[in-house]
Amino acid sequence: MKKDIILKVEGLKTYFNTDEGVVKAVDGVSFELSKGETLGLVGESGSGKSVSNLSIMSLIPSPPGKIMGGKVLFGDKSIFDLSEEEMRNIRGGKIGMIFQDPMTSLNPFLRISTQMVETIVLHKKVSKHEAKKRAIEMLDLVGIPKAYDRINDYPHQFSGGMRQRVMIAMALSCDPEVLIADEPTSALDVTIQAQILELIQSLSKKLGTAVIMITHDLGVVAGMCDNVNVMYAGRIVEKGTNDEIFADPKHPYTQGLIKSVPRLDKPKQKRLYSIEGQPPNVIDLPECCPFFPRCEFAMDKCKTAYPPVTKFGDTREVSCWLYEEKTRGE
Amino acid sequence: MTKYIIRRVLGLIPTIFIIITICFFFIRLAPGGPFSSEKKLPPQILKNMQKKYHMDQPLIVQYGQYLVDVLRGDLGPSYKYKDYDVNYFIKQTLPKSMLLGGLALLVALILGIGTGMISSLKRNSWIDYSSMSVAVIGISVPLFVIAPILMYIFAMKLNWLPVAGWLDDGGAKTLVLPVLSLSAPYFAMIARLSRASFLDSLRSDYIRTARAKGLKTSVIMFKHVLKGASLPVVSYLGPAFSGIITGSIVIEQIFRIPGLGRHFVQSAFNRDYTMIMGTVIVYSLILVFMNFLVDIIYGYLDPRISYS
Ligand SMILES: Nc1ncnc2c1ncn2[C@@H]1O[C@H](COP(=O)(O)OP(=O)(O)OP(=O)(O)O)[C@@H](O)[C@H]1O
Ligand SMILES: [Mg+2]
Repeated sequence: MKKDIILKVEGLKTYFNTDEGVVKAVDGVSFELSKGETLGLVGESGSGKSVSNLSIMSLIPSPPGKIMGGKVLFGDKSIFDLSEEEMRNIRGGKIGMIFQDPMTSLNPFLRISTQMVETIVLHKKVSKHEAKKRAIEMLDLVGIPKAYDRINDYPHQFSGGMRQRVMIAMALSCDPEVLIADEPTSALDVTIQAQILELIQSLSKKLGTAVIMITHDLGVVAGMCDNVNVMYAGRIVEKGTNDEIFADPKHPYTQGLIKSVPRLDKPKQKRLYSIEGQPPNVIDLPECCPFFPRCEFAMDKCKTAYPPVTKFGDTREVSCWLYEEKTRGE
Repeated sequence: MTKYIIRRVLGLIPTIFIIITICFFFIRLAPGGPFSSEKKLPPQILKNMQKKYHMDQPLIVQYGQYLVDVLRGDLGPSYKYKDYDVNYFIKQTLPKSMLLGGLALLVALILGIGTGMISSLKRNSWIDYSSMSVAVIGISVPLFVIAPILMYIFAMKLNWLPVAGWLDDGGAKTLVLPVLSLSAPYFAMIARLSRASFLDSLRSDYIRTARAKGLKTSVIMFKHVLKGASLPVVSYLGPAFSGIITGSIVIEQIFRIPGLGRHFVQSAFNRDYTMIMGTVIVYSLILVFMNFLVDIIYGYLDPRISYS
């Protein structure tokens, strides 16, 4: 079904060696991203969303982090086999990244122009002058008023929302094929969140950039993603198109997530739904479905083995013993 | 910015004035005087001497006269060396002390920041552990212990460097040991400070952004990390420089360097009032100026600070 796959992650495992034990932050994640697609990656804090994407960029701090297995294919290149120099060409050039906190993600000691120009000069191989022109164009594009003057300012002279716009401009300035947005709006005002999301959506459509949108906000996903991956404790527990996930969530965790979104269009609920229990501790996790302590359908099997992937059609995948049972029963 | 500098310079005047005043009266509280020695001078000679240096007048008059002289840039005659005045001594000795102190600070900065940078990049490696252990030694062992040890090893045992002396009688080699010993504690402090602040910077979000942009490690270190990470080191420069001035007094004694520090000690023993005063004024001017310079550098490095 999916055509023009540009990024393919297969069985990615990233562990951290800590004093408390081995943190299996990402434990066998696989997904594909095709040209121009917007893919949502949803999950609670600590489920391994950031670590998966930093692994794709080979930016895991090591030690303590280590990629224990799996493959990342960017086009026809296997990222973990690339030299440091080839990898640097991909970072910022082919894959752009924006982060959660725009207040700290820009270097406070350098002018916006310096930070943007160095990236463009590096990847586009143009003169500084050309690069600055390009940078001003990009700032214009993301809606910074008077970009021509503002480019010489320092980050502290911009508001949070404006800084995130600058980050977006910088990340897209080298025409990357993929944009990884790691909770780009979590640190922003609600009113500004919507503007930033719209900006990412419209720019990525315009420039044909594929986007991995990391978030724990299902509202964000519903509004802008084509496909959704739900992560729990270092693994993807459910995949599907936007419509499939919201109309018919299969994994109990996804169901819980959707139920816990406050709804304005439904009569007022007595209290908000929330998933019982704590997010799992991924240190020295035994072989089991990590969601079973919080799952209302938990069975004996869930405590002893991780459920295999069950496919529904071309686009849906669920890892849950409930469906394994069903497929076998049919 | 110009306004700020003018304001700061004007602010220095009262500071210097207070230092002169306190120093003027305090040194006269100490027992003895410039003309008291083992052998008592005959009363008539003593009287003539005191008259020559206006010491027979009331203290407050002497003080007023001294202030007027200082304002004219005249630090007065030495009480001990009759035919010389203090300005002459300072002109002779200050450049030597400045060379010694300046080199020591430079060595401490370059080696300290370099060590801090490497340690932070290779943290928890043997390079990190060994350089930080050296730094602890540098901080905890006092100058007057380090200097003789270096002297013993490199001058007396290995015979690589001269034991003492100065440029004119021993060449540039004479500088090595005094500069190294004087810089040791500050090198150590700066190495530890910069290791910590480099580590902080390396963990910061904006360095993660720089990495995600595909920049080389060397560009990241020198362009993105260095500026922010050097701020704590810059703030430490003020105290470091005053420490180096005090240290140079000791080092000049140990290595027999004819600098201002040695004269300072001598003049204190001699109760050479004008000489003490002159040296104190020069030292405080240097310190006050250094602190001022540090503030300017700080503001230049950190764009979030505005002078208005
Ligand atoms: N440098 C590190 N050292 C040790 N453990 C780490 C490190 N970085 C991440 N982890 C662990 O990896 C796990 C996954 O972290 P990750 O940052 O990917 O979560 P996340 O899904 O992005 O959460 P959030 O929504 O809070 O950003 C966490 O348990 C975290 O403690
Ligand atoms: Mg995260």
